[in-house]
Amino acid sequence: MQNPYKAYPVRIDSIDVATEDKSLRTFKFVFLNPEDENKFAYESGQFAELSIPGKGEIPIGIASSPTEKGFVKFTVFRTGLVTNHLHNMKVGDIMGVRGPLGNSYPLKALEGKNIVIIGAGFAFTTLRSTIVYMLDPANRKRFGSIDVIYGARNPGMLLYKDELTAWEQRDDINMHITVDGTDDPTWKYHTGFVPMVTEKQAPQADDNTYAIMCGPPMMLKFTKPVLDKLGYKHENIIMSLENRMKCGIGICGRCNIGKELICKDGPVFTLAQLKFMPEEDT
Amino acid sequence: MMKVINIDKQKWAGGVESLSKSYRLFGPMKEDDSHNFKELKKGELPDLAYGNTKLSPKSTVFPPSEAMFTYTLDESKPDHHILQDVKKDYSPRAVLGMRPCDAKAVSLVRMNFDTPEYRDPYWMDAYEATTFVGLACDAPCSTCFCTSTGCGPFNEEGLDVLLVDNGNAYIAKALTEKGEKLLAAAGFADKGDDAAVATKKAAAEAKITAKIETDKLSEKVIMDLYDAPFWADIAFSCINCCTCTYACPTCWCFDIQDENKGNEGVRMRNWDSCMTPLFTMHGSGHNPRDKKPQRVRQRFMHKLKYFVDKYQKGIMCVGCGRCVQQCPVNIDIRTVSKTMNDYVAKC
Repeated sequence: MQNPYKAYPVRIDSIDVATEDKSLRTFKFVFLNPEDENKFAYESGQFAELSIPGKGEIPIGIASSPTEKGFVKFTVFRTGLVTNHLHNMKVGDIMGVRGPLGNSYPLKALEGKNIVIIGAGFAFTTLRSTIVYMLDPANRKRFGSIDVIYGARNPGMLLYKDELTAWEQRDDINMHITVDGTDDPTWKYHTGFVPMVTEKQAPQADDNTYAIMCGPPMMLKFTKPVLDKLGYKHENIIMSLENRMKCGIGICGRCNIGKELICKDGPVFTLAQLKFMPEEDT
Repeated sequence: MMKVINIDKQKWAGGVESLSKSYRLFGPMKEDDSHNFKELKKGELPDLAYGNTKLSPKSTVFPPSEAMFTYTLDESKPDHHILQDVKKDYSPRAVLGMRPCDAKAVSLVRMNFDTPEYRDPYWMDAYEATTFVGLACDAPCSTCFCTSTGCGPFNEEGLDVLLVDNGNAYIAKALTEKGEKLLAAAGFADKGDDAAVATKKAAAEAKITAKIETDKLSEKVIMDLYDAPFWADIAFSCINCCTCTYACPTCWCFDIQDENKGNEGVRMRNWDSCMTPLFTMHGSGHNPRDKKPQRVRQRFMHKLKYFVDKYQKGIMCVGCGRCVQQCPVNIDIRTVSKTMNDYVAKC
C-alpha cells in the first residue's frame, strides 16, 4: 500500500503571476514519473499538500480540472514559510505534490441541476476547476444553467482573466464579474460586493438550483443571508472550508470542526451540515 | 479456550533473557522517582514493582519524535528534493508489563491510525510488530478510575498476554496467537490454571472507588455542550502546559516538520498538543482556537463527545489517572465529564 505521507515528485513546468500585486502565482506541475499522474486522479474541490523538502507542506486547492491532462495546477497566495519559498522557486525546480485529499464538490449528484458558483478573492481556484470541468464538451450537456458570480477587490486582483474573458463570450455560462471598486473608466462589468451582486444576479431559487460557494469569511457571512432571502435551501448551498492542516488524511488531529475533520470529512460541506457543527471555521 | 501458563518467578529472568534473542524488549524502568517505559538493554529486567508509569507506553508504537523521510537539497545529486523512505526496525518487539488501561488505549488509538481509507504506515507497522504483555493491577492508584471507562485492572482488550501476579508465580493468560508465540519463545511452558484470577480481579476492582460519569454523554447534542457556559470556568486555571496531552495514553496528535543540516534533511513527525495556540493557527494569522477556553474545550470535547459520537465505542479515556495526577493546577477530567454529563441546555 502507498505511504499516504509520501509526495509524488514533480517538476515546476510554468509559473505565472496571477494578480497585479504579485501576491498570487499559478504553478503548473508535471509528474516526474508519468504513472503518478494516474494515481493522482482527482475531482474538482479536492486539495493536495504541496511538499517542498526542507521547508514543509501546505494544503492548497487544486485549480486545474480533471479534464485537463498532463499537469496539475495550483494558484498560491504568498503568506507563510512554504508559500514564500514557493514564490521564489523557478521553472524546472523539483518538489512534491501529495494527494489528492479530501472530498470534492458533488458534481455527479449535481447533474441535471442549475448551478450558481459564487466566489471571491483567491478562493476561486477550486471553482475554476469546477467551471472548466462543467464546460468541457463532454460534460456541459449534463448540467442545467451555469451562473458564475466572482468578485475581487479591483480588476487587477481577478484570477484567470483570460479565461474569464473567454467564458464571458460563451452563451452557455452567465458570468457576473464584479470588483469592490475601480477607477478604470473602461470597466464594463459590475461594481460592488459579491453579496449585493448575488442578490441581483443569482438565479431563482428552486429545488433544482444549487449554489457552490467559496470565499473569504466576510463574503460568506454576508452572502448566506442573501441566499436565504432568495429562498435557497441549506441543503442546496455547498461550501468549501479550510483550517490549518498537517497530515491531510484525518490522522494528525488539528483541523476538526466538532467531530468532522476538514481534511478528510470535508473540505466540502452543505450549509445544512454546517448548522450542526461549531463555528470554528474561518 | 486460550492457554494458561504458570511462570515460576525463579524462571522469569531466564525467560526474558531468551525473549531478548528474538524480540526487542520494552518495559517499565525506574527513572528518578517514577517509572517510564524504556527499551531494555541486554541483561536488563523490567521493574514490575510500579503503580503506573509517568508517561504511557504509547511511545513504544508512537515515538515522541520519529523520522518519516530523508531528502537531499544538493542539486548535484540525482534525486535531490525527492523524499526517500527511512529504513525502520520493525522486527518483532514486545512490551513487557504494561497496564491493562494502557493496552486498551492502544486499541482505541488504532481506530485513528488504521482507517478504511488510510493506513498510517509508521504507527501500524510498529503496532503489528509488537506483542503486548500486560500486568494486571493489584494495587491501583488513588487516581485510577478505569472501571468506569469500560476498562478495568484485569482488562484484556489490546493485550496478547495478561500476567497476573500470584505470589511466587505469574499466571500467564495467552490471549492471542502472538501471545502464545511469545510465551513459547520465552520457554514458559508449565501448564497453569486461572482459578485464582477471578478473586484477585474482584479484589482489585473493589479498590477502585473513583468513577467517571459518562452515561448521558452520547445523548447530548454537540452544539449544546459546545455552547455550554462552563468552559471558561474549567479553563480558568489551565496554564496550557500540555502535560495532560503528553502523559495521556489516548492522545495522538502530531506535527510534521522538516529539519535540515546543511543540504541533508529529515521530515520528522513529533507529538503535538491541542493546548498550544500554534496547533491551529492559520498562515493568515487567524486562529480558530486562539483563546485558552477554546483549546481546553477542544480537548475535553474530543475525548468525551466527538470521539463518542464518531465511533460509538465509549469515551476516549481509559481512566489511567495520569492527567489527574500530573496536572499542575488540578484540572480533573472526572469533574469535567460530570459537568458535561449533567448539563441540560436551556432552550
